[in-house]
Amino acid sequence: MSSTLGVLSDAERLFIVHGVQDDLRSDGRACEDYRHVQVETDVVSNTSGSARLRLGNTDILVGVKAEMGEPDPGRPKEGKLEFFVDCSANASPEFEGRGGEELAIEVSNALQRIFNSRSTLDLTALCIIPEGQCWVLYVDVLVLECGGNLFDAVSLAVKAALFNTRIPTVVVTADDEGQQEIELSDDPYDVKRLDVDNVPLIVTLSKIGHRHVVDASWEEELCSLARLTVGVTQKGTIAGLNKEGSGSLDPESIYEMIESGKKVGMVLNSRLKEALEKEENSKREKIGFLG
Amino acid sequence: MAGLEIISDQGYRIDGRRSSELRKVCARMGVFTQADGSAYIEQGNTKALATVYGPHEVRKGRGKIQHDRAVVNCQFSMATFSTGERKSRPKGDRRSQEMSMHLRQTFEAVIVTELFPRSQIDIYVQILQADGGNYCACVNAATLAVIDAGIPMKDYVCACTAGFIQDSPLLDISYVEESAGAPFLTVAMMPKSEQIVLLEMNSRLHADNMEKVLDLATQGCKDVFAVLDRHVRDHVSESHALMTAS
Repeated sequence: MSSTLGVLSDAERLFIVHGVQDDLRSDGRACEDYRHVQVETDVVSNTSGSARLRLGNTDILVGVKAEMGEPDPGRPKEGKLEFFVDCSANASPEFEGRGGEELAIEVSNALQRIFNSRSTLDLTALCIIPEGQCWVLYVDVLVLECGGNLFDAVSLAVKAALFNTRIPTVVVTADDEGQQEIELSDDPYDVKRLDVDNVPLIVTLSKIGHRHVVDASWEEELCSLARLTVGVTQKGTIAGLNKEGSGSLDPESIYEMIESGKKVGMVLNSRLKEALEKEENSKREKIGFLG
Repeated sequence: MAGLEIISDQGYRIDGRRSSELRKVCARMGVFTQADGSAYIEQGNTKALATVYGPHEVRKGRGKIQHDRAVVNCQFSMATFSTGERKSRPKGDRRSQEMSMHLRQTFEAVIVTELFPRSQIDIYVQILQADGGNYCACVNAATLAVIDAGIPMKDYVCACTAGFIQDSPLLDISYVEESAGAPFLTVAMMPKSEQIVLLEMNSRLHADNMEKVLDLATQGCKDVFAVLDRHVRDHVSESHALMTAS
């Protein structure tokens, strides 16, 4: 993230860089440790699926809305997935007006990149009438607070919201004249779920000094000149890779970074799945922002 | 409106309230750590989030600097998924700009801006879920956020709507009642001094009924004040207990 949310003094910078060198970061974590993640799904009732995620001070709200639309002419038998990111001024006064747009586009491109592969989501399940109608999933991301590691937090929240998404079942019937009619099920519990097992998560590795860290806080992001964002699936497949920042990386360290990104990403995927399934099975009351 | 009865014969509304009852109000102050002040409010199914930054030096547009008081800067936005139909953009449309302007006027009236000359106070509000009374939820959330930021105010500002449907005034109308096409009044007021800072009505209402509706809205604002004040006092005593314990 091209964060300009604050400034660090030379002494603070040196303290962080030296800490990373000794595998002990300023909040007590080791280089490959993640911060505590809180996730809750189904928080906005007028969406098809939603999730709120808090990672340190980073706060993300994702809403998924399923609407009917026309499929792309190039892929007539598939539904569509549209990403929209809004960096709310709540996160930082700099995002006021059009201020957050650049960062928002960067994040939505990163999402597009990891969802690009056909094995990520079964889009054919979103088809209603080939070449006629399909479900369009609008995935809207709202950044409410920025405390570092925005990309990872957004991808976690998007996966949680897609897991929570319920699409109403529709029945297509043809009448006497061959006209096709779409009928929506009356039963609100008659819904389809998405299979999110292959949805990748983004792991951002920030190069600080000679080492790299995962889940950098915003202070650490200010110390890092180059970052690598890697999309990692549950099985450890790499889906999408991007180098960001003004610094440069040598190939040797890129391999190392991918390797640790893969390791962390696989753990992250299985932990998220566990947490989501646990939440679904417990009959706990929703807390939302009141907790 | 065909097929939908806003008030039943027994005098109950669609969501089971009586005509002069508010929806359930839940609030929380200090939701975020990075902002100077923040608050979250739920009024029935309407959910709003407000953050306050400042007072700080004027960042953009140095021409805005006021030598005798602080500039209040507001931005209203709605999450794209907050409404039933998806919105194509969260801010910048006419309605949001109007809302931002109203918010600015409301808060310029209550914040003691003379105490912070040559500085700026930012108030950002975000609707997360919309179910009628968006402006009211924003004003109430922003009031809590300004209090959380420790910025001096002359009084609270509380907002409430009141409508006039089927010949009777209704308090705190929801989206369904709003879309029934009947007139409704949005009122923001300072509950202790009983001064109205914002008054808006979009439809047609007979002048004889105006007083009834306005009286109900005023009472609603006072009810909202009672709830908000309790939340503020609870929040402060909780934080105080935490501070003394450590």
